[in-house]
Amino acid sequence: MTIQRDLRCLRQLPLFRDVDPQRLKLLAFASERVHFEPGETVCRQGEPGDAAYVILEGRARVVHEGAEGPVEVATLGPNDVVGEIAILCGVPRTATVVAETPLETLRIDRDTFLATVRQFPEIALGIMRELAVRLHETTRRLGTLVAECGARSERP
Amino acid sequence: MEPSIFRFVWKYSWRQQLVILALTALSLPVLYASLELPKTIVNEALGGDRFVFEFFGVELDRTGYLFALCGSFLALVVIGGALKYVLNVYSGVVAERMLRRLRFMLYEHMLRFPLPHFRRIGTGELVQMINAEVEPLGGYVAAAFTVPAFQGGTLLTILLFVFLQDWKLALAAVSLYPIQILVIPRLQRRLNALAVRRVRQVRRNAQRIGETASGILHVHADDTSLYERARFGHELGEVFFIRFDIYRTKYLIKFLNNFMGHLGPFLFFSIGGYLVIQGDLTLGALVAVLNAHKDMISPWKELLQYYQLTHDVRIKYEQVVAQFTAPRLLPRARLDADPPPDAPAFARELQAVSVVWCEEGERVLDGLTFRLPLPARVAVVGPPGSGRRAFGLVLAGLLVPESGRVRADGVDLHRLPESVLGRRIGYAGPHNWIFEGTVRDNLLYGLRHRPREADGGDPERARRRREARLSGNPPHDPAADWIDDEQGGFTSPEDRLARMVEVLRLVGLYEDVYRFGLAGRIRAGERPELARRLLEARRRVLARLAALPESRRVVEPFAVDRYNANATVAENLLFGTPVDEDLAFDRLAEHPYVQRVLTATGLLGELLGVGLRLAETVVELFAELPPEDEFFARLSFVAPEQLPELRMLLGRVDPANPAAADEADRVRLLSLALHLIPARHRLGLLTPELQRRLVEARRWLRRHLPPELEGRIAFFDPERYNDALTIEENLVFGKVRHGYPRAAQAVGELVREVLGELDLERAVVDVGLDHPCGIGGQRLGEAQRQKLAVAREVMKRPRMLVLHHVTAPLDPHDAVALTAALLEAFRDRTLVWIQPDPDQLHRFPWRIELEAGRVRRMAGPAAAEGVAADGALERETGP
Repeated sequence: MTIQRDLRCLRQLPLFRDVDPQRLKLLAFASERVHFEPGETVCRQGEPGDAAYVILEGRARVVHEGAEGPVEVATLGPNDVVGEIAILCGVPRTATVVAETPLETLRIDRDTFLATVRQFPEIALGIMRELAVRLHETTRRLGTLVAECGARSERP
Repeated sequence: MEPSIFRFVWKYSWRQQLVILALTALSLPVLYASLELPKTIVNEALGGDRFVFEFFGVELDRTGYLFALCGSFLALVVIGGALKYVLNVYSGVVAERMLRRLRFMLYEHMLRFPLPHFRRIGTGELVQMINAEVEPLGGYVAAAFTVPAFQGGTLLTILLFVFLQDWKLALAAVSLYPIQILVIPRLQRRLNALAVRRVRQVRRNAQRIGETASGILHVHADDTSLYERARFGHELGEVFFIRFDIYRTKYLIKFLNNFMGHLGPFLFFSIGGYLVIQGDLTLGALVAVLNAHKDMISPWKELLQYYQLTHDVRIKYEQVVAQFTAPRLLPRARLDADPPPDAPAFARELQAVSVVWCEEGERVLDGLTFRLPLPARVAVVGPPGSGRRAFGLVLAGLLVPESGRVRADGVDLHRLPESVLGRRIGYAGPHNWIFEGTVRDNLLYGLRHRPREADGGDPERARRRREARLSGNPPHDPAADWIDDEQGGFTSPEDRLARMVEVLRLVGLYEDVYRFGLAGRIRAGERPELARRLLEARRRVLARLAALPESRRVVEPFAVDRYNANATVAENLLFGTPVDEDLAFDRLAEHPYVQRVLTATGLLGELLGVGLRLAETVVELFAELPPEDEFFARLSFVAPEQLPELRMLLGRVDPANPAAADEADRVRLLSLALHLIPARHRLGLLTPELQRRLVEARRWLRRHLPPELEGRIAFFDPERYNDALTIEENLVFGKVRHGYPRAAQAVGELVREVLGELDLERAVVDVGLDHPCGIGGQRLGEAQRQKLAVAREVMKRPRMLVLHHVTAPLDPHDAVALTAALLEAFRDRTLVWIQPDPDQLHRFPWRIELEAGRVRRMAGPAAAEGVAADGALERETGP
């Protein structure tokens, strides 16, 4: 559970690929190890984002709470990052994340994360890339859905 | 108050002054005799030719007579000394009593100032006047009558003697007095004028200091510290120049006096010598006159000094008294009278008739007239300038209208003493004063009207009471029980607490006081029962925590045989809380005993190594960080400005052998290591082996504790209540773990649950009530202060509560809650709720709209429409 191990994890993340190792070490030092038990909530949809979590061990489910009830959107595992978008864009959490197995995370609080992004805009670029990919994915799925709905409504 | 200091002194101390005079008179013959005796010894016992002497009827030989005389001399010296001692002490006591009386009278006058007077007089000035300016008056009191009587008498006696020797010479001797009497008062007048200016200037300084301290926030926020310094420096300069003129005049007077004094011998020698040569005067007579004159110098000087002092003191007194005899002082009876039999119960009607109130020449209330059946809950609204503030104050009886009257149940409010107004009416405004003391003190403040003193046989208390009477001070003991249980509606101490809890809940302060309680400390020795019950709660909390699965144990408990990874190395080593400054965690590395423990257990070198590696890591991590970077906040023990120093230290210390470093460097390294929290910093510097040895060192430290450190460390002991920890820390008895989400919240909930089960929550609130509020309530938040001020009034159970914009500092949610709670609590009483905006207006059965100092519109509940028959309702009274 030492900082060196956390550092190795951070370095593997595509998000922090371009960050100076010295600075990354500082980031590791400034962040906090947080443990979640299965079923515990890492973050809740609609709450303001105060931290990002890097998953070191274990799996978590991402659940979207819609009008129709909760829908599981994705599953996260080691080296996935949770909550960076809420921090960066200042929007509330877009989904609820629940630990599925015992979950070991590295918690990077909002101020620390933003300070790092300010110094290394490459991180922001990385997040933009990620967002673009997700947007593309969402649009594609939306298109499929619309097509399906259209097809259904045409049927008498 | 007496217009002049003489009358003041005579009125309150004439008996004592007579005693002082008598003592002085008594000391004179003794003094005379002790001057006379040596002459007798020389002339008779030693120089005479007799062999048998009579001493008070006893026949003695020469030796016997000598010793008898010497013995008498010694006795006289002792008696003279004793008399002087008694006289000095007595004068001192008289002076001090008069000073106490004067200060008290001033303070009492201040209490009687009409409220608007406080707009014109600063607190700084008041403090300056009551404390400093009257100080020299005390010294004067003892001398006021004795000096002129005694020195004047002496002077007259000597003058008489000189006149009897030769009237021409005597005339010569006093010939300069008229000049002095003419010239010196002229100079003295100038001096007096300067003294007046000085008094005012010093008062202004006091005001400046007070204002700077009160407005310190804005001085910094507006970068005006140079301006303030310039202003204060300027005021000091004013004092300097006035003082400078004072010195010049004062010493000119002194010079003239000295000169005149020495002019005397000149006249004696020239005129007297001429007379001797002419044969008109014997040489012996001239010598006698010269001697007499020498004796005259001293009393004359004393009299002149007394004259100057008198003037100085007279001016100070007049200056102060003028400030305290404000126009329209409140009558004494208003403060002191008991409730009259016809005191209104605020049960029938409140009526205002053509009330006029002016501020700075403007008619703030201009013919205010209304009639309201009581009890009523009424909201009063009006735009700025409609006289809302004055409306509340006049209704609460705090302002006496310039014309018109306010009547409750037909009784004019302004005839009533505060024993009625202050108990049956409550008042709070948008900004209220919180008194220094605890939350409890402030809650009960409005119930402290008259003391219930046990007239016990405590001699010290009796002495204080007697002394207070002698100075015209009240004999009451502020430490007595002043709480009016009847007004508060209490029947027992538990009842008091229950009522306070109820009111705290009502105003929304309960949670805050509960938290104060958890953060509060108690002494187990003073409250053994509470400590015992808290220990029980601790056992329950710990058991509850232990029952949780490992991953949810949000607290790592203190265990004597285990290293606590969530505590600092220092806490682990002491395994207790320092009671003393010397052992404070920040300075622990310097402590010789701590160093001894570490040396003896062989840990010193290891910890220095840890400190060194920590320093290296810190320097490496933070090397290129700008000092304002928020990352520094993460590192609790290194400030950015310490980095260069740390870097230099690393250059000095040999990494292979840190123990060889010099003392200061070793302390620095050790201090770093002692601050390390393994679970938080995650640097892997404390190996399990090192942790085990630290636990051993902990035992060693306890076992070999030197006697002088006994009791200086409150050791952690699961079976004992720890006075140095807060209640919450005592209950949790461990460290909240790092890396557990919402751990603090979970702990809080657990503690609350256990306290609830054991019925201890109220006891914790009771401790919270002892939370100090700080000067002016500065240790509370603004909303807390405001809620406490409202609670203070509610505690009084007033028949009528007047609240002017009390929700100003509250957030909207709290404001709504407070309004609702008060509306409910005053269902059967009168609540006058004054606010600028019409929100929540609909919740009040009665509404009054103000405009330009008058009632514009008034509306009541449908049920009360009958009252409208006399035109009090729905009537436009505006133009």
